[in-house]
Amino acid sequence: MEILVAVALGLLTSAGVYLILRQRTFPLIVGLTLLSYAVNVFIFAAGRLVTGLPPIYDKAAAGYTDPLPQALVLTAIVISFGMTAVIVMMALGAFLETGDDRTDMTKKDPSEGDAT
Amino acid sequence: MSLALIAALPFLGVLLPGLMIRAGKNACAGVTGFVTALALLLLGLNAPAVLRGEVVQTRIEWIPSLGLNANFFLDGLGLLFAGLILGIGLLIILYARFYLSKSDPMGQFYTYLMLFQGAMVGIVLSDNILLLLVFWELTSLSSFLLIGFWKHLPEGRQGARMALAVTGGGGLAMIAGMLILGGIVGSYDLSVILENKDAIQSSDWYLPALILILLGCFTKSAQFPFHFWLPHAMAAPTPVSAYLHSATMVKAGLFLMARLWPVLAGTDAWFYIVATTGLVTMLIAAKIALFKDDLKALLAYSTVSHLGLITMLLGFGTATAATVAMFHIINHATFKASLFMSAGIIDHEAHTRDLKRLGGLRTLMPITFAMSIIAALSMAGIPPLNGFLSKELMLEEAAHTVWGGTPWLLPALATIGALFSVAYSFRFIAHTFFGPVRDDYPHTPHDPGFGMWAAPAFLVALVIVIGLAPMGVAAWLVNVSASAATGEVITVKISHWHGLYAPALWMSLAAIGGGLVLLGLHPRLMALWNATPRPDAKRIFDGIIEPIAALSSRITDALHDGALTRYVGIGMLTIAAVSYFAFETGTHAAGTRALMPIHPVPTLGWLALVMATIAIVIYHRNRLLTLVLVGIIGLMISVGFAYFSAPDLALTQILVEVATVILMLLALNFLPKTTPKESTAARRGFDIGVALVAGIGIAALSYALMTRDFAFPTIADYHIANAKPEGGGTNIVNVILVDFRGYDTFGEITVLGIAAIVIFALTEALLRAGPANDRLLAWRPDQRRAGDRHPMMLVVATRLILPIALMVGVFIFLRGHNLPGGGFIAGLIVSIALVMQYMASGFAWTAARQKVDYHALIALGVLVAAATGIGAWFNGMPYMTSDYGYVHLWPLEEFELATAALFDLGVFLTVLGAVMLSLASLSRIGLRAGETVNAQPFDIDPSEGRTLEAEEAR
Repeated sequence: MEILVAVALGLLTSAGVYLILRQRTFPLIVGLTLLSYAVNVFIFAAGRLVTGLPPIYDKAAAGYTDPLPQALVLTAIVISFGMTAVIVMMALGAFLETGDDRTDMTKKDPSEGDAT
Repeated sequence: MSLALIAALPFLGVLLPGLMIRAGKNACAGVTGFVTALALLLLGLNAPAVLRGEVVQTRIEWIPSLGLNANFFLDGLGLLFAGLILGIGLLIILYARFYLSKSDPMGQFYTYLMLFQGAMVGIVLSDNILLLLVFWELTSLSSFLLIGFWKHLPEGRQGARMALAVTGGGGLAMIAGMLILGGIVGSYDLSVILENKDAIQSSDWYLPALILILLGCFTKSAQFPFHFWLPHAMAAPTPVSAYLHSATMVKAGLFLMARLWPVLAGTDAWFYIVATTGLVTMLIAAKIALFKDDLKALLAYSTVSHLGLITMLLGFGTATAATVAMFHIINHATFKASLFMSAGIIDHEAHTRDLKRLGGLRTLMPITFAMSIIAALSMAGIPPLNGFLSKELMLEEAAHTVWGGTPWLLPALATIGALFSVAYSFRFIAHTFFGPVRDDYPHTPHDPGFGMWAAPAFLVALVIVIGLAPMGVAAWLVNVSASAATGEVITVKISHWHGLYAPALWMSLAAIGGGLVLLGLHPRLMALWNATPRPDAKRIFDGIIEPIAALSSRITDALHDGALTRYVGIGMLTIAAVSYFAFETGTHAAGTRALMPIHPVPTLGWLALVMATIAIVIYHRNRLLTLVLVGIIGLMISVGFAYFSAPDLALTQILVEVATVILMLLALNFLPKTTPKESTAARRGFDIGVALVAGIGIAALSYALMTRDFAFPTIADYHIANAKPEGGGTNIVNVILVDFRGYDTFGEITVLGIAAIVIFALTEALLRAGPANDRLLAWRPDQRRAGDRHPMMLVVATRLILPIALMVGVFIFLRGHNLPGGGFIAGLIVSIALVMQYMASGFAWTAARQKVDYHALIALGVLVAAATGIGAWFNGMPYMTSDYGYVHLWPLEEFELATAALFDLGVFLTVLGAVMLSLASLSRIGLRAGETVNAQPFDIDPSEGRTLEAEEAR
């Protein structure tokens, strides 16, 4: 099972980085979302993978998985929603202000690409 | 505590001027002066103990593991300097009130001034050299702000930059020197270091430490060859020059040399470096001062010269010379600060400070004339003023000091220095005030109001009083400060007459006579001076700095040319390279942890996730499809969390997924629906390469991590063992969130609230008049709209679901402490229940029917959480300690009440407010873009068989 999780993590990271490099705001946001998934799952996996042992007291339980990464990741998921919302808003604002959704502003052509 | 308070008061007062400027200039200056006076009063309260020979101490542990403690101590030396800083600071505040013009932002000026004052007081009261370094750097930074206060003047900006580069560079050297010093002694506390003279001077590291520390002192105190920054810093407003560049900042270097004098002085290295530097500085600067036509430049070089004099005295390494140095510090501060203020008055009134354009002001400005002549005569060393007393003592010391085996060298050179000092002092008076009254002043000068000349007049009074009765007025301060600086008990004897056989008398007379001759020859010497080529310090400085600046901006531009993709790529590859290097050079064994078996159903979920991820990369140009695929990935991750024993995470992930996709859909409405194909195949190939490197790295790292057991015992066991007995909950994750790590959670909900308010602020900015607003008003939907925007079935279904969904939210919230759920999850559930109403009947229709203010909800949530934390104090427990108990309420079964539930309520309210505010902000953009508001819950009413009309809602 570990190999599958590792492959999924690698794929999510690759896809996230590739989309971030796509020079437009929307793929950038999606790429960041994918990277957030990867990071959250990575932190979660640092507690090692265990099935059937949720960290909730139960007299019949054979043991509990590590609850600490779960607590960290829970807040991270909610915070990453806040972060996504802010960059979505910034991307929207940038597009509405300039009519352009490029992420790269090179010094050579500052006025390039007013699509309207 | 009161010592720390003295140092903290100016910092506490930093914001007051900025606020009080709204109440007028007098209130602004008044409150600044009040804070300074309060600090001075506190210092005065400690003075009797210091005069008795005690050392007042305040010790606060800050970062003990680094040896960095907020320890303060006050001895005679600290008392002298803190008194100068606060006392002259008070006078400068008064003077600046009348000096600054209407257009100058006075609040800002006083804020910078207080920042600087606090840093200076911090330096002289620190008992920890690391703390001292922090304050030292702060003076460099705050003086940068003050020197460049007139931002519109290029000289001001360049002067500020030069001062920062030189003093900041010296500060860096000093950090190294101080660390060596601390390393030798094994403590960073000054009081410990000062007791280890032998250990320090016998160490091999003594010379490097000495040179590095002296570099810091010499740059700060403008000693040759670093003297050039001080005249350029004169572009600052005059109160700054008077404060920083005569009385305080430039004396910080002297202070530190005096502070470390007991452990560093007394060696040959100290004598030859410090005394020689001081002597050379004194001579060169005095000579340049004579040829400066700008009043402030003349005073600036004169200051450099006098700093050199004091440095030289400290360099002699004898206790009597150090005593004279203390006395001259007091005298120089009085006459030089008043001269600077007088120069400022002349500049203020005549609109020039060029000696060539002045002259004859004697009758026009009698008060300024009287003040200036007394202070300048003191600077020249004319009896019976205070400058005479310390100059005589200096010459006496010089007469007994042998440099390099030549007994006459030092006395002769010191006399020449004094001679130039006499010459420029007389020139200051003669060329400003004497001579005929002119008719071509830029502005007809006259004496200013009392407020402006009160401060210099006070200092001039001190010049006279110290001069007439040194033993009564100044001896006590010289005694305590010199005793503290040298570590010996000093009882000074200052007199005007040392007898006919004292060499100082004849040296003094030679200096005065020679000075008068020089003044007489001045026009011819000036012509000669102008004809001789000499190095321009600014050009040399720029010649060194500019190539460095050009190189660093070339490197910056190459790495970061404004293209996000470039530095993301560079960053990724760098991280990968560094990680690979660490992996290659480290040692590692194969993982030993038993692998989990692969079952078919989870594999199917994994397959869905992998396919969706690959599909996103392939079809990412179709943005709507991308969102659908993101939804699939999020769903699969949530299922994965559930599978790997994390029910709370599964719930959170799936709910956040819903909110995120809705948010992105709302935004996509106003963004292009496709991503154009614009990068070349080579570029895409490179990007794929970068992405693969990153992905393979993460996959390998996580696989290595998951196949090994914990390297150290985890702290999980503590949480598992104590969740129930200490936190009173059986859901360990929730107990960690609201109890064990409650403070973290509190920080996180605060961040979430701030993020929502940022989104709101961005929306406000977009909806204000401007290009974005114009674009929205002219918005034409680029896709076909739905025929039935608010279908009746959806409306009816969501109405039915709402109370049930709210009930589920309450249920999830209440059980959260013991079973999966809690504030985060409940907040998300209720948000989504509300968003469903928005989707069903439109934003405006729904918003009109619910009166909750989301801003207030966020604030309330954060406050409830904070109040719960504070509540623990009333139980005598530390912040955020939770308490719980069991309640039996008929007819309910026994249930548990925990303060953690109240904290969780704060979390719930914040999450709800933040999610709703974010989504509502996007809806407001939709309304501006012409979305209509419906008067009825749905558009098509089948019972009437017609489409209901919608109101225009722009």
